[in-house]
Amino acid sequence: MLIKKRPSWALSHSDVTPESVYLDRRRFMGGMVAAALAGAGVPRLVDAAALPIQGESLEFTAMPGFSTDEEKTPYEDVTRYNNFYEFGTGKGDPAQYADEMSVDPWSVIVEGECDRPGTYALEDLVRPHDYQERIYRLRCVEAWSMVIPWIGIPLADMLKRFEPNSRAKYVYFETLHDPDQMRAQRSLFSTIDWPYQEGLRMDEAMNELSFMAVGLYGKTLPKQNGAPMRLVVPWKYGFKSIKSIVKIRFQEERPKTTWEMIAPQEYGFYANVNPEVDHPRWSQKRERRLPSGLLSPNWMETRKFNGYGEQVAHLYKGMDLTKYY
Amino acid sequence: MTIPMLPFRILVFLLSCVPLALLLLDIATGSLGPDPGQTVTETLGLSALQLLIVTLFMTPLARWTHWSGWIKVRRMVGLFAFFYAALHLMAFLQFILGWTDLWATFTKRPYIIFGSLAFLLLIPLAATSTKAMVRRLGRRWKPLHRLIYPAVALVWLHFIFQARSDITEMVIYGLVVVFLLAIRGYWFGWHSLVPLRAAKRR
Repeated sequence: MLIKKRPSWALSHSDVTPESVYLDRRRFMGGMVAAALAGAGVPRLVDAAALPIQGESLEFTAMPGFSTDEEKTPYEDVTRYNNFYEFGTGKGDPAQYADEMSVDPWSVIVEGECDRPGTYALEDLVRPHDYQERIYRLRCVEAWSMVIPWIGIPLADMLKRFEPNSRAKYVYFETLHDPDQMRAQRSLFSTIDWPYQEGLRMDEAMNELSFMAVGLYGKTLPKQNGAPMRLVVPWKYGFKSIKSIVKIRFQEERPKTTWEMIAPQEYGFYANVNPEVDHPRWSQKRERRLPSGLLSPNWMETRKFNGYGEQVAHLYKGMDLTKYY
Repeated sequence: MTIPMLPFRILVFLLSCVPLALLLLDIATGSLGPDPGQTVTETLGLSALQLLIVTLFMTPLARWTHWSGWIKVRRMVGLFAFFYAALHLMAFLQFILGWTDLWATFTKRPYIIFGSLAFLLLIPLAATSTKAMVRRLGRRWKPLHRLIYPAVALVWLHFIFQARSDITEMVIYGLVVVFLLAIRGYWFGWHSLVPLRAAKRR
């Protein structure tokens, strides 16, 4: 009789990993590899849908004529990578702390050179208008960019209702100033003289691209993105698109803007996206379109007026944009 | 009390690896956010500054605690600082510049110039950190390695020149750096009055 001696390396049937465990492990490893690839910049396998879109649903009309068909920046990046210095200078600070701001009820003071000044409730400002969706590029002065589907109304439609008079050459905007709700306004070493202030020349404000946003990705604005109402001026660097607006003033003289007051040699009043004019600390020739990766950074050439030259270049005819940056 | 040197060395080594390990973990799990190149570069730079500060703490700690173990790990921590600074520079070149615009970046931008000078100062320190080099340089080793003082000051300038608006973080680091350099000033000035040995005898 042949006695089969079992060699020490042979496994008995019971030693074999059950298929379910084996599959689980493959799934786990797959997840790890996918995650590693995502971090390394290979297109992410996990969709942004991972983060459910917050806010109230809004009714709107899509405006393809005002929208880019470039790939949108995922919702989670749009809402978790923000510059909103009222809540801190870290990109994640606004998403973490903006909840400390209350946006309901919200009112806006309208004053200056117009026939219908007053304090308006948010609803009265936006309700009379139909919402539009516009998918705009947003180019940050820090050389990164996003593509964001905004919901809102043309800025011109809102401003016209206040009946600006002939002395209204500029329109000034102001963000909420309330250190109790905005923690970075309590900082001892901030060089910003709050409130945050911005402005546009009247013809810029009335341009068809200028937009007052109340939402993104089909729902009301998250607080970190400037709830309940923010400006979107897509041909200018992002800091012009002032958030959480509480004051609108029409005026004859050009307003001083926050960044201009901090560093006039770095940030001008116009702040048009312009690859030909470097920021003193970095080049503006290229941008990282987010999400970007480590191994395959999503670099692209920055376009003059952020690619909106056709609609806005005429506003600056004859101006030396290296001087009026 | 005697603290065994080898475990202490290993502990310091492992602690110095932590920032890199955390960064690699974030890379592996894809949790660096939408602009990972920026995040990696900033994290490495901050780690380099922190380790430079730790390096500068070793001598004062040795004096205050009368324990020479701090001095024995000083070189290792300093080399880690250099290591993080080198990674930071590589990350900047690769992820932020993409190896373009080099000339303008390194000649026109003050914060880049400060950072580059600091790194240049650290190179000879790293290069002369071996036992053989210490022996070869003899009495000249110590003055050479005082270059870490201007280097850390330049790193701080490199840091604060990047500030956009809020400088709280830079101010805190600045106070620590000023404190560490001020102690040296005090020692240089009062060296003969408060020698290390005299302090030890107490």
